[in-house]
Amino acid sequence: MSGARDQVGRLLALVPYIQSREEVSVDQAATDFGVSAAQIVKDLNVLWFCGLPGLGMGDLIDVDMDALDGEGVIRVSNADYLTRPLRLGSSEASALIVALRTLREAGDAAVAPTVDRALGKLEAAAGEGAALAAQVDIRVDAAASRDARLRTLFEDAIGSRRRVRLDYYVPARDEAAERVVDPLRLVQAEGNSYLDAWCNSAEGQRLFRLDRISEAEVLDEAVADHSDVPPRDLSAGLLQPSPDDLLVTLRLQPRARWVAEYYPVERTEELDAGALRVTLRAGDRGWLTRLMLRIGGAAEVEDPVELVEEVRRTAAEALQNYG
Amino acid sequence: MAARKSERLLNLLITLLVSRSYVTKERIRNVVEQYRDAPDSAFEKMFERDKDELRSLGIPIEVGYLDRAFDDEPGYRIERSAFELPEISLEADEAAVLGLAARVWQHAGLASATSDAIVKLKAAGVSVDRTALDVAQPQLAVEEPAFETFWSATQSRTPVTFGYRGAGSAEAAVRHLQPWGVASYRARWYVVGLDTDRGEPRLFRLSRVVGEARLEGEPGSFEVPEDTDLRALTANLAPSAQPQRARLRVRPGSAIGLRRHAAAVRSGAPDWDEVEVDYGRTDALVDELLGYGADVVVDAPDDLRASVVTRLREVAEPVGAPR
Repeated sequence: MSGARDQVGRLLALVPYIQSREEVSVDQAATDFGVSAAQIVKDLNVLWFCGLPGLGMGDLIDVDMDALDGEGVIRVSNADYLTRPLRLGSSEASALIVALRTLREAGDAAVAPTVDRALGKLEAAAGEGAALAAQVDIRVDAAASRDARLRTLFEDAIGSRRRVRLDYYVPARDEAAERVVDPLRLVQAEGNSYLDAWCNSAEGQRLFRLDRISEAEVLDEAVADHSDVPPRDLSAGLLQPSPDDLLVTLRLQPRARWVAEYYPVERTEELDAGALRVTLRAGDRGWLTRLMLRIGGAAEVEDPVELVEEVRRTAAEALQNYG
Repeated sequence: MAARKSERLLNLLITLLVSRSYVTKERIRNVVEQYRDAPDSAFEKMFERDKDELRSLGIPIEVGYLDRAFDDEPGYRIERSAFELPEISLEADEAAVLGLAARVWQHAGLASATSDAIVKLKAAGVSVDRTALDVAQPQLAVEEPAFETFWSATQSRTPVTFGYRGAGSAEAAVRHLQPWGVASYRARWYVVGLDTDRGEPRLFRLSRVVGEARLEGEPGSFEVPEDTDLRALTANLAPSAQPQRARLRVRPGSAIGLRRHAAAVRSGAPDWDEVEVDYGRTDALVDELLGYGADVVVDAPDDLRASVVTRLREVAEPVGAPR
């Protein structure tokens, strides 16, 4: 039944949309409204039976069916009372205004004056809805602006089907390396933006986290055909531990509990005094040692035991630097 | 079926919109065909539901009396000035940034609220051309399940009750909040408001909300203090410190991640490179430096050096460990 509500909502925009343009192709309307052409035609059929109160046939809204069937063009008449759309709802106004402010915050100087003008006009037209947008504060820091610029660069490369050279940092191994990739798509997961790409260096599909890309350059070289590469399924989480990874058990004190939220863990067990026992898979021993050095006194390795000694020895070596 | 209902809703709307005065229920029943043909009780039900559905689209249906003196039955109308989107005209470049704004929200509900707003602007005659603007494209990702509740509670000024687990505590505590606003910073969402248990403004990270956040109380049941500056408030409540500069020695070719955000790197000496980094929070930098083990030494400032030494000792010489 919510179908009727949505349809009426759409018609209240569609009728003024057509009238402000005199005539519109069905396909253009479908694109602008984000629905199928068949849906637009269904919507128009409703209008046939709508109009001014009373019974006179001349008072109904007139849709030019010949133009619609023949040329795929929509013309509407006898609907002078629906020449303006419904005003913006408060959630619509605040969603749009917050989105524009985010663009403004991203700090692209070229577009800032335009965004400001658009914002001014929208705030004036939205009235109360604009006031609610004041209760949302978006800060785009330097790192997020960098991501935003990278996104534009990658979309351009995807659109023009060209290769990209990346300088990419891998924290688990603390190394940076150059990769030449064929960008496939941008994806968003677990709070980060990634480039899903075919990595020519690794000869496989890889995800590259935008904030770990130090530099990117679109090359003149065209990408290879990757139409056989299926879209990545992100529903199971990004980090897919491999069964070959080392299985590690850690005992986390309260201030190290974040580890269980941050990394995919296989098992957790609540212990006394807010401590937590977690079992996780570590793809890289060096990564685990670094993690243990970082969380130091707030966590212990329970298994495997040889790792305990490795972490302790590294810390002792580091202490010698301080004499 | 849905089409018949759409006709009815639209005819009701037109009846109320074109009338200069309040229209009584009886008159409405006479002029809208489907009401006229329905039995009394079915009409009453249908009419009540239809009004609710139109209102849920944001259509302002007013109730009033034709002539108060006679105390007759109430009538209904839609005031055109409250119904229609006010005049708005956007230049081509302003319309183009709307196309970019449509892609900012990475959240189904807010993305669709944004496109609904843009559809209304198109209906007002604005041409949103999706020509690729070569500007940065920021995104607002929402990963926190509690986001929607806090977003709508903020907009409707409804108190919220939720479980919250602060950093480093195992147990979630129940908190009561009058939410003043939501803020996004570094890809994380926060809510700020009056913590009614503590009687003070507080900031909460939405990813630490445990279980379901519940609206508790009536919409509009509190006011946001007039001089509330959301940005200043979140900056105040968020732990941060004056930026400082650390002087470090780093083994050549190591600590690549650290070098990526270094303010200065001087290499040349055989054993160590001199690296300077700017930082806000000492504990965050200590965590990072510890991960590099013996490859990094802190020379200054003293408090940073002392923290690193203390933490290394905790790992190298754990209490109760065999010596």
